[in-house]
Parts: sequence; structure tokens; C-alpha cells
Amino acid sequence: MCLALPCRIVELCGDEKAVIDVSGMRKEISLALVEGVGIGDYVIVHVGYALTRLDPEEAEKTLALFAELGDAALQEAANEIH
Amino acid sequence: MKYIDEFRDGELARGLSAAIRQAADPARRYHFMEFCGGHTHAISRYGVTDLLPDNVRMIHGPGCPVCVLPIGRVDMAIRLALEAGVTLCTYGDTLRVPASDGLTLFKAKARGGDVRMVYSSADAVALAQKHPEKQVVFFAIGFETTTPPTAVAIRQAQALGLKNFSVLCCHVLTPSAISNILESPEVRQYGTVPLDGFIGPAHVSTIIGSQPYEFFAEEYRKPVVIAGFEPLDVMQAILMLIQQVNSGRAVVENEFSRAVTRDGNRKAQNLVAEVFELRRQFEWRGLGVVPYSGLRIRKEYAVFDAERRFAIDYRSVPDNKACECGAILRGVKRPQDCKIFGTVCTPENPVGSCMVSSEGACAAHYTYGRYKDSAGVPA
Ligand code: SF4
Repeated sequence: MCLALPCRIVELCGDEKAVIDVSGMRKEISLALVEGVGIGDYVIVHVGYALTRLDPEEAEKTLALFAELGDAALQEAANEIH
Repeated sequence: MKYIDEFRDGELARGLSAAIRQAADPARRYHFMEFCGGHTHAISRYGVTDLLPDNVRMIHGPGCPVCVLPIGRVDMAIRLALEAGVTLCTYGDTLRVPASDGLTLFKAKARGGDVRMVYSSADAVALAQKHPEKQVVFFAIGFETTTPPTAVAIRQAQALGLKNFSVLCCHVLTPSAISNILESPEVRQYGTVPLDGFIGPAHVSTIIGSQPYEFFAEEYRKPVVIAGFEPLDVMQAILMLIQQVNSGRAVVENEFSRAVTRDGNRKAQNLVAEVFELRRQFEWRGLGVVPYSGLRIRKEYAVFDAERRFAIDYRSVPDNKACECGAILRGVKRPQDCKIFGTVCTPENPVGSCMVSSEGACAAHYTYGRYKDSAGVPA
């Protein structure tokens, strides 16, 4: 029920509506809850409404942090074994 | 899919799992509650528990909107469909929630009630527009994530001048539920759960922001880390919680910075404030009556309030005696502690609401975890 997916906007239709692409399927959603989103932006979609824009830079930073923390931990684990 | 697959990467998970093991102090035990059903689902589906050391235990919280919907509220929807003869529109998840007299909305439909599943509140408005001869009621449930779409629907119905659209408002608030878990008198009845921190909601927080949890981290000295619904997000949040506990901190941190800010979505918040106001109290399944924890429609929008239009009242109904949902939703019992778990109560034939939605603790455990238990491995 709380499931919501990041989806890319491929078309703006006016009247606070847009078309998103979900794995090749196109679907119309409402932009009534967000401001200043455009074609190519990713938004988190829940029950047919975009809840917020997804920030690609923050997403990259989070993934980089996962990799950095994980690498350091695996390195340390390897050192302990040897 | 972009922004999903990367956050489920197995290699990264292995790294984070190692980081968690190194951070967890073997001399301590850590109990964290994931508030949201979305997190419960991710933890069960991706086997996150298997990647945690034994002294880190995750407790499922009450954040599944279907699971906390009390029987009496579903009864109201059923009465509207069967007695008032309205066209009742609802999200799919509520159709199978067990209500009084062995009924569900699904069974009410079989008995001739005009019950329709909609994907979005906008579909309900469209239906009312298309069928002026019918009274269309939207059964609105959910947390702060689902409330703004309902507000938009009511405003839209007003703009269209619809006379045949109304909303049965059952929207509830996350922060009140979290405080309730920590301080309500029922804690005495169920015993207390030792909780060292919370994984805060993902999508709810896109709307309300991280700020509302600050009071609560400070007041109760519990760390809160807001996290996305993918397995790596959950693991990172666990790591951050362990680090806070180790250093004696209790603050709000945001792992889900790609979608959550401190202030949240102001536009959505303003819409909600325009259309809804606090109820003095609202009954939750599992938590009982929680003060100021639900919303109702403001009197300026009274014509769109199904509770006023059809004069149906709320009657509280106790849960099935065997059902442990109450204790499970508070984190003091686990699904496998319920005597009828997996035997009488299954996702095909749910007795309690925790078994209905895939985000419910019992359903998640049934689908992804029960074989592990039956093999004798302690969960
Ligand atoms: S297994 Fe069914 S009856 Fe038991 S607690 Fe879970 S939902 Fe309730």
C-alpha cells in the first residue's frame, strides 16, 4: 500500500498531469503535489501522484557511501583473516 | 529499473553487512523498530535479517496502513455499500480486511454491494463525474503519504461542483503512533519492548520531512534514521543507528536524502492543512484509541464528508480473540508467536489484518520467513 516507485517523466500534458515510463509502460500521473518538475526528471509515484522529485546527485552520493563503507569493512575483514 | 536495482545490489549488501558486523559491539544487544510496512517487506523479502549479527534484532512496527485499520472502520464502509447503497471506491488492499459478521468488502461486493477497486483517488472522482446518478464514496485510508492525494481529490470534486462525491476519511498520522508505542498505558498490558532506535518512514517523510521526528528523538532519547525502502537503504540505516547507539547520540539522521528533506513537501502539507483537521482521537487496530492521531475533513468541506452526508457512526469492535496483531503491531510479539499463524490464518484466508497486506508483519513472515523457522533456526 505504501509502495511507491521512482519513475521518469517522459511527457508533460498540462493540467498538472504527466506521462511516466515504468519499464517501457507509459502511464499518466498527477503532478498536483509537486512543483517545478520537467521531462527527464525522476519522481516518486504513489497511487497515481508524484510525491517528490528524486535528487540524482544525492542518489549517487548515497551509493558511493555504501561502496566506500563496504569496501573498507571487507578490507578490514580480509586483514583480520590474514 | 534505475534508482531501484542499484539499491538492491548484492555486492554492496555484502560490504554493508561486514560494516554492520564490525560496528556492532558484541557486548551489547540492539533492538531497532522499523516503523513502516515497506521496510518490513524489504527486510523479509531480501533476507536482511540473515545479514545481521545475532545481537541486532529488528522489530516490526505498526506502519502498515491496512493493518492498523480497525474493524469498525471497515464496517462503516461495508454499511455504506450494503445499506446506504453507495458506490464504494477503495484501494485494493482493503478489500480482504476481515470485518464484523465474517464480512469483508470483497464479500459485500458478492452480496450485491457496489464496491470498486481504484488505483487512485482521482479515479473515484472521475467515476462520480461520469455517473451523476450514483453516490460515490472514496474509502480513504493511509498515512501522510496517501493523505495529500485525497486532499487533491476533494478539491477537484469541489472545483467540478460534484454533488455525488464524498470521502470516508480514515487517514492517520505517523508521529502520534510512534509516541504511542513508547508511552501508552497499554505498554503495561503487553509489556515493554526494549527499543534502541527507529528506522523512520521513507515515503511518509517525503511529505512531512525529517523535522517532525526531532522532538521525539530528543524527548525519548531514541535515535531515528529515515531510510528508503530498498534493502541497502535499510542496512545503511541499521549501521547508522548502531553508530548512534555506540556513541550515546539520539538524533534524527536522513539516509533517504535522495527524496527527503528536513521540511518535506510544503505544497502537499498546505493542501492537507486546507482540507483536513485533527480528530481528537482515532482508534487504531493494535494500538487502541490514540489521541490526535487521525484526520477528519474540515467543516468548510463538510459536503464531501461521507460521515456527515450519510450519518453513519463509528462503533468500536474488538479483534478476533486469537489474533495477536495488537501485540505484534507494538513489537512485543512476533507472528510465529500467534497460535493460528499459518494454520487458520493465512494470506488466502486472513483472520487478522497483519495477514492481509504484503506489508503486514504476519504476511511478510508467512511469505518469506516461515520455512526458515520450521527448519528450527531461531528467528
Ligand atoms: S497470524 Fe493472523 S491471527 Fe495471528 S496475529 Fe497474525 S494476523 Fe492475527
